[in-house]
Amino acid sequence: MSQSSSTGSFDVASLVEDVNLRRVAQYALVVFFLGFFLVPLETGIMTAIKTNESVARSLPFAPPVGEGFTLGNIQFALEQLSGSFFNSLIMSIPATIGSVLFGSMAAYGLTMVNWRAQMGVLMLFVVGVFVPYQAVLVPLARFWNNIFPLARMIEPMVASIPFFQGYHAELVPLVITHIAYGIPICTILFRSYYQSLPNSLVEAGKIDGASITKIYRRIILPISKPMFGVVFIYQFTQIYNEFLFAFTLVTGSDAPAAPVTLVLPAIGASTSGIDFGIRMSAAFLAAVPTLILYVAFAEQFAKGLRTEA
Amino acid sequence: MATHDNTEHVSDATDEAVGWESKLQYFLNSDFVRSAPYWGIPFVLMSIAVYGGIGYNFAISFTDYEGLGTPDYSVLDLEMYAQALSSDAFIAAAQNNLVLLVGFTTICLVLGLFLAILLDHGIRFSEKFQTVYLLPMSLSFVVTAQLWLWMFNVESGILNLVVTTLGFNPVDWLGNPSIALGAVIFALIWQFSGYTMVVYLAGLQSIPDDQFEAARVDGASITRTYLRIIVPQLKEASVSAAVVLMVFALKAFTFLYALVGRYRPPNGTDILATLMVRRAFKFGEWAYSAAIATMLLVMALGVIGPYLYYQYKQGSL
Repeated sequence: MSQSSSTGSFDVASLVEDVNLRRVAQYALVVFFLGFFLVPLETGIMTAIKTNESVARSLPFAPPVGEGFTLGNIQFALEQLSGSFFNSLIMSIPATIGSVLFGSMAAYGLTMVNWRAQMGVLMLFVVGVFVPYQAVLVPLARFWNNIFPLARMIEPMVASIPFFQGYHAELVPLVITHIAYGIPICTILFRSYYQSLPNSLVEAGKIDGASITKIYRRIILPISKPMFGVVFIYQFTQIYNEFLFAFTLVTGSDAPAAPVTLVLPAIGASTSGIDFGIRMSAAFLAAVPTLILYVAFAEQFAKGLRTEA
Repeated sequence: MATHDNTEHVSDATDEAVGWESKLQYFLNSDFVRSAPYWGIPFVLMSIAVYGGIGYNFAISFTDYEGLGTPDYSVLDLEMYAQALSSDAFIAAAQNNLVLLVGFTTICLVLGLFLAILLDHGIRFSEKFQTVYLLPMSLSFVVTAQLWLWMFNVESGILNLVVTTLGFNPVDWLGNPSIALGAVIFALIWQFSGYTMVVYLAGLQSIPDDQFEAARVDGASITRTYLRIIVPQLKEASVSAAVVLMVFALKAFTFLYALVGRYRPPNGTDILATLMVRRAFKFGEWAYSAAIATMLLVMALGVIGPYLYYQYKQGSL
């Protein structure tokens, strides 16, 4: 351990040797796991920028050399994915904003008040975080297809919006679904933050005669900006990466409204097998938005995960 | 921020003196009513989606609903449950699910703990390494399934490169039913062990440094210090991480679907979640798959119920 070197009363020589050996082993393990976590990604990227011939000939993780280098795979994958990228973004962004706002409101309402059934209501939110979505898939499909076919109802309206096509209406039920099922986790994340705030903040507002809405808008919203960042990043990553709801409501990788995650498992596949150059390019492109967010806000992302547990 | 609701006490004390109008006035001014729009709207939306959905699913599971048309609620019975419990596919899926749940959760916890201890002390740029270890968690299962499909590739995958370099015959990781599940667990561990590491690191950081100091002064080795003193204090972190991992193992569908791009995952890896979705959306056996989904839900509640009760008793909710 690093602190050991600061104490000089021991047999310094043996201590240094001991510490050094241990630290070498420790760093060796750290580097080994660095490889463990990075090799699948590195291999994917290298395969994405190789020609088919080079993929067949060279080691999977080796970078392409000379003629073996190509951007053709990425270009092809980008063409295939561009429509679904748009679908993914116009679905994820409103869904994230909606669930984050509702989550913040619910958490505020639940930490603010003191009434008996509060714990019961909170429990229902917490259980909602863990419910396997399989348990609501059949109802979801029935609800949006048969009982309340919202997509079909608003299709002409959506078609008249510039840059949008009629089929984008299919994403509206998906957005609502994501908001509704995203509320529990967002509420729990915000609640843990609001609980850590000092009581005096709200008390002061109350003594000044501020209404509950005013306290929320003037006091709570401004100081919870960092938490909004955490929840937003966490929730956007979840929704963008999500597959099962899109699979249930949009169905089929060839549907024009399919988000990226739905299209990806079918790209580059043919009767003769999978073209891994194309498949890896597509996987990499699909991951770019969340990767950028992660690299820029890794600490916030980790905080979201920690709070969830 | 639990501010006490003073207005209610006032209304209790002056019960006789004030009329119902002012009582109503007090009630309408109370925090409960005034804060209701804040938690009430999200609560209603969430309840309809989650609990309404569960209830509807429960109702469908008692019918014989399949194919097109509408469910017929005139005859309600447990036939679908009986049918599922006596089918070989269901039992095989349940067994696979159990293996996945136990294997995946255990190894993830052990590896995550190991990584957390590895990075906890004496590593420079420890946070950068943590960021890399956690990176797979930011990727979609659809993406990681593609990466691992390539890793597991029989002819040119890296795993077989290692295996053949060591002098063994290439292995058909996903094609051989007796090892496919192990391969899937391996890939999922790759994705999730960064998560358990982060949870454990948070736990480790809440343990005061003097405990390490004291143990060191007593002459305890580092291994002993961790095993005897530190790890027992990480019980809560272990429990909450285990709950998240187990619930995930029950509902893991996306990774398995995305590996092959079709409803039937590689032989030997069919779990309840994939069985349920296949029965519903490929074969239109709505009632049957609703019954499987209900059983899946009960299992998930069996995991989280005791956990939440424990948390509630501890007062940490």
